[in-house]
Amino acid sequence: MLKTFKLGGVHPAENKLSANKAIEKLALPKSVFIPVAQHIGAPAQALVKKGDQVKVGQLIAKSGGFVSANIHSSVSGKIKKVDLSMDSSGYPKQGFYIDVEDDEWEDGIDTSSELVENFEADSKTIIDKINAAGVVGLGGATFPTHVKLMPPQGMKAEVLLINGVECEPYLTSDHRVMLEKAEELLVGIRLLMCALQVNKAHIGIENNKPDAINHLNKLTASDSAIDVVPLKVKYPQGGEKQLIKAVTGREVPSGALPISVGAVVSNVGTALAVYDAVQKNKPLVERVVTVTGKSVAKPSNLLVRIGTPVQDLIDAAGGLPEDTGKVISGGPMMGKAISTTDIPVTKGTSGILILPKKEANREQMKNCIRCTRCVTVCPMGLEPYFLMTVSDKQIWEKAEGNNIMDCIECGSCSYTCPADRPLLDYIRLGKGKVGNIIRNRKN
Amino acid sequence: MSDTIIYTMIALSAIGILAAVILYLVAQKFKVYEDPRIDEVENALPGANCGGCGYAGCRAFAEACVKESELSSLFCPVGGNDCMGGVADILGLEAIAQDPKIAVVRCNGTCDHRPKTNQYDGATSCAVASSLYAGDTGCQFGCLGHGDCVAACDFDAIHMNQETGLPEVVDDKCVACGACVEACPKTLIELRKRGPKDRKIYVSCRNEDKGGVAKKSCEVACIGCSKCFKVCPFDAITMNNNLAFIDSDKCKLCRKCVVECPTNAIIEVGFPPRKVKTDLPPKPAIKKEVPKKAEGKSSEDIKPDNLEKK
Repeated sequence: MLKTFKLGGVHPAENKLSANKAIEKLALPKSVFIPVAQHIGAPAQALVKKGDQVKVGQLIAKSGGFVSANIHSSVSGKIKKVDLSMDSSGYPKQGFYIDVEDDEWEDGIDTSSELVENFEADSKTIIDKINAAGVVGLGGATFPTHVKLMPPQGMKAEVLLINGVECEPYLTSDHRVMLEKAEELLVGIRLLMCALQVNKAHIGIENNKPDAINHLNKLTASDSAIDVVPLKVKYPQGGEKQLIKAVTGREVPSGALPISVGAVVSNVGTALAVYDAVQKNKPLVERVVTVTGKSVAKPSNLLVRIGTPVQDLIDAAGGLPEDTGKVISGGPMMGKAISTTDIPVTKGTSGILILPKKEANREQMKNCIRCTRCVTVCPMGLEPYFLMTVSDKQIWEKAEGNNIMDCIECGSCSYTCPADRPLLDYIRLGKGKVGNIIRNRKN
Repeated sequence: MSDTIIYTMIALSAIGILAAVILYLVAQKFKVYEDPRIDEVENALPGANCGGCGYAGCRAFAEACVKESELSSLFCPVGGNDCMGGVADILGLEAIAQDPKIAVVRCNGTCDHRPKTNQYDGATSCAVASSLYAGDTGCQFGCLGHGDCVAACDFDAIHMNQETGLPEVVDDKCVACGACVEACPKTLIELRKRGPKDRKIYVSCRNEDKGGVAKKSCEVACIGCSKCFKVCPFDAITMNNNLAFIDSDKCKLCRKCVVECPTNAIIEVGFPPRKVKTDLPPKPAIKKEVPKKAEGKSSEDIKPDNLEKK
């Protein structure tokens, strides 16, 4: 019997169309836009100005606080301007417009594909290097990795969990990384273990990726510290708390961080970025992005520079199909529809999903029929129908009392609702309001 | 037989009298004194329970009035000066007159003026839409058109115009309670002084983008050119973040700014038509009309109880 988390969960059609497509390197774009806020926390502070020449890997904005991350140039060329640009939500964000001239890397960065396995076991050096390289969680939440590696006073990490679950339908970037960059990935995991001073790591992989499980099993056969845990296919297993429950059986209490049960979770993409940062001195300037969709001519996994316009990625996958109804940044469950393809790829962009018209539109909302399917599937044990009602009626005390802040926004409730009610939309609204109320109360 | 009836009657009467005495004593013992003026003040109030005064309802407002020693911080926007005068008479205080106000929607981004750039198919709620993204047009400051303000209004005084996709305030019904102001996530609705004959002039735009960007997303956006600011003889106009604002307290309704505005972002309502002048192109004054009751879903379904029902 395969392991999985107990409470709730759904199993949407997997649609992993690009699972057997090798990672391709995308040609350099003509120009990029690199936002200063690509992570959770304070935006980075600009270090370069209009007209400056930059190289690949050059620090162009430095971390703006403890929970923040450095931003590096992903191309070499001239800064056209430092200005606002629309992001995926339509609000303007500060960033750098860079005209690409050639591909000159900053000195000291190892751009060869040679595997560097040995490292000096020193926790502080590793964390400093990760911090300098601007590594953030590449699963989508973009939480700065160095912060995760420094547990708060009095807490101690016991186990490292590597998230290779990729439970979102369609997306395959992590899958390809586990197949093609497994050796680098394992070095990255050892580095993370060393930084956290733990001697056990589990790689959680859902059972729909048997090739990745076998491949990593083979490579870790001689290493007793790292093991591969095959998991039953269930969404949202990639959620931090769900993965901890599935692999270790521990439950993170409401409102607490994973470290409170001694676990630290990192995505496989992040572990690879850690390898690049520490062993190759290479900052986070590129990532693997899945471009996919049923009507897309060439679903692919592309290695792209941060800041590349999404349009370039779509062109590389065969262009925007005629019957496009929606373009989503991320997966179909948690991703966000984008209103323009001029927006850049950021550190958190795990995929670009193009939905045809007949799948794109949401159904008209109907009345709640009290079937409680949303309660059954909620992986956090919440009551989504109730949270939606109190958010709609603006009864914030009740929303807070019913643990609205525990919602991980996985969208299982909206997915399963037979009355097509936009449960998550309202819960997200309530979460925002309640979050503000809690913050104001603390101040 | 008759004995039984007599005993029963005596016993029940005794219990009744005893209970009455106990109840009377308890009522005397735990009596809570309530200022009788609270009831009087409450009767003088409109009884709309709209919360426009900032209190939970008319009763709470009446209690606050009785408690306070002066009425400067208390005002019932629904009843207006007449009502507050009555309250002041009851309490023997001095009423502080305030100008009557009215809500205005500061966005004129109709479908013609502001082309849609994408299609929204989420929940029909401005609050939800604005928590997701900037909106289905190029303007991130403009009206989302899902009618949260209509749903918030207890007085049936704001309706969606199906043709323009924007809410319209019914001047006669609006009591300036501010519920729509609270409801709008884009803070487009403002309470302004009701001018003579319901005339008003305002900048119907909240776009803070630079001129070019604003103009590109909406034909009638304020581009922050400051022309109105320069022409205003009464210093009523301020410029902030590429956006003009007309202070309704200072504005003398001279309409110079309306002529000056290159994008027609400044709107005049309720004025007689202008005489055509020499070289200036004629600008039709917007005819003030009571919008007919919007049909269909957006007003009928979303709208809560009318005032009469309460």
